[in-house]
Amino acid sequence: MSVQASPTLFMASASAAVAALSDVITFKRVARLGEDALRRPTGSEMWARAVHLCLRAAARGRRGFTSKADPQGSGRVTGELIQHLERLSLVDFGSQEAVARLEKAIAFADRLRAVNTDGVEPMESVLEDRCLYLRSDNVVEGNCAEELLQNSHRVVEEYFVAPPGNISWSKLDEKQPFPHH
Amino acid sequence: MAAPMLRWCCPGRRFAFARVGCGSCHRRGPPTGSTSNGKRGQSTVAQQPHITAQKPRKGEREWAAVVGLEIHAQIASNSKLFSGSQVHFAAPPNSLVSFFDASLPGTLPVLNRRCVEAAVMTGLALDCHINRKSLFDRKHYFYADLPAGYQITQQRLPIAVNGSLAYSVSVGRKPSQMVTRTVRVKQIQLEQDSGKSLHDDLRSQTLIDLNRAGIGLLEVVLEPDMSCGEEAATAVRELQLILQALGTSQANMADYEIQRQINELENGGEILNETRSFDYKLGCTVPMRDKEGKQDYRFMPEPNLPPLLLYDSGSLPPGADPQQVIDIDRLRERLPELPRVTRERLVRQYGMLPEHSCALLNEVGLLEFFQSVIKETRAEPKKVTSWVLNTFLGFLKQQNLAVSESPVTPSALAELLDLLDRKAISSSAAKQVFEELWRNEGKTPAQIVAEKKLELLQDLEALEQLCRSTLEAHPHVVMDLKRGNPRAINKLIGLVRKATLGRADPTAIKEVLERQLSS
Repeated sequence: MSVQASPTLFMASASAAVAALSDVITFKRVARLGEDALRRPTGSEMWARAVHLCLRAAARGRRGFTSKADPQGSGRVTGELIQHLERLSLVDFGSQEAVARLEKAIAFADRLRAVNTDGVEPMESVLEDRCLYLRSDNVVEGNCAEELLQNSHRVVEEYFVAPPGNISWSKLDEKQPFPHH
Repeated sequence: MAAPMLRWCCPGRRFAFARVGCGSCHRRGPPTGSTSNGKRGQSTVAQQPHITAQKPRKGEREWAAVVGLEIHAQIASNSKLFSGSQVHFAAPPNSLVSFFDASLPGTLPVLNRRCVEAAVMTGLALDCHINRKSLFDRKHYFYADLPAGYQITQQRLPIAVNGSLAYSVSVGRKPSQMVTRTVRVKQIQLEQDSGKSLHDDLRSQTLIDLNRAGIGLLEVVLEPDMSCGEEAATAVRELQLILQALGTSQANMADYEIQRQINELENGGEILNETRSFDYKLGCTVPMRDKEGKQDYRFMPEPNLPPLLLYDSGSLPPGADPQQVIDIDRLRERLPELPRVTRERLVRQYGMLPEHSCALLNEVGLLEFFQSVIKETRAEPKKVTSWVLNTFLGFLKQQNLAVSESPVTPSALAELLDLLDRKAISSSAAKQVFEELWRNEGKTPAQIVAEKKLELLQDLEALEQLCRSTLEAHPHVVMDLKRGNPRAINKLIGLVRKATLGRADPTAIKEVLERQLSS
């Protein structure tokens, strides 16, 4: 499983639409609900939930993103937003089908609005009651260059080989560097 | 500096306001109020400095440059911030990399206790408020030397906030006219370092070494309270000394790097409302194609780390494992003497000038050397100060050596100063002995003095004899002197010295001659 397919990265890429002053997704602490509402979400649904939260914020007037989504969420995602998300996450939305799937997922996540969170403290981490373990400062790992380098497609003298420099904006302007499936 | 230690990263920078009004720090009035631009955390990819400015308001005449800094210092620890691989400056590529550092799936971060202590100690030394609860976040961007695609940092709630850093700047022509300035420390946060990329433009590829990836960094954010490059450099230097004294970071930054950045800041000129990036190849700042909103770090809470909780003696949970809790009060007790306090103590204890105490602290190992000499010699502290800062340091600088590489040991210098103190040798003879000692042929000062026959003439009778004979041999000089030419006495002294083969103290000669002439 590649890193890009992980739910957390999708959530992160979706948060791009959030206003610049509050770059963080917050999950509201959910009050007690019925059993069906607490069904364990799938990966793409978690992703969509995050995108939904962000787009709501986006609809509140972040300039440059004229999302057609009205407060009730008709689910339309503009081409501009897709482009922005693609740039940030380097995920290729590729086809209209993918965009449609995204819109469906957003609509699914819309159901969160049914929860009343007035006066509830936002939760920063599900781990908030846990103790953060502190490791003592000893060297116990490393020295496995050979093993690690086996993961790399290309290697030059014990260095990983990557494409030149950063992913430049000019390259993205022209064509997506990732192959379509 | 010869210490081959860990790297001190380049500061990122923020400029608010344009049109540098200060040519030199002396003339300028107090800095105008700073308006730092909204976005914090604008440190860029690959440690390229960022200079951002507000749009200049029309109608304003006087502009003052305001400088804010973000400084990243590598924490001096054995292992990395979130993994147990080694922190070391020179090793075969990718040999100090754990699975977590390479961001292989299934790995999780585990926080290094030493890094937290380093951050707390630095916060305490800079008078910060230590947040009892701090949080970790992910800052996302794509770069080949950042394998995870994000850096774990503390954007929302860092470990320490609201401190201050005091530094001295000279305000007049004389070095003694110093004034203390303060710059506010906005926050100190823990974050991960990235790997190192080597660009191979010829073959259109980048080689990645992840040895550095994951090393703990202290990011110290200074508010835009500094008025010019010189003040910024002085503040950074003071921070460097503090970190070295605490032992939290080796903080070795190449001097040329400081100078380059001072130059860049002082050539600020007119700065428009744009983000500029320093282009290393062109040697100047160039505008970046900054389409607003495109560079978005997408901060999110680090899902794998609970909040970091710190305690003090009042709030320590009873029966807690001492390895698992950090007591801020304990760390405060263990704080070593800070540079500012050391300098004041030196001035009080040894009666030296403030600029001397600054000089002693400015060179690695020099203070220890000085204190060793003081311990072993009977000579006056002022003499020791002068010899260490002028002669000893002079020789070191001439041959570009560190104190640790000095061929002269503190004991040797102490012995030499004892001879001088006893008036066994003259000061010019002492300099000669020092030169011999520097050659490091294993001889003690006493041996050199004996070999070169540098002992001062102790026989007063013989001196009187020599003086009398010199006076008799040069009547015209004597007449010259009697006619009122004050320089004639020096000629006589020189003649007597030659006669004594340099073994007589000029002051003693002068005394004898004057006595003999007046009789």
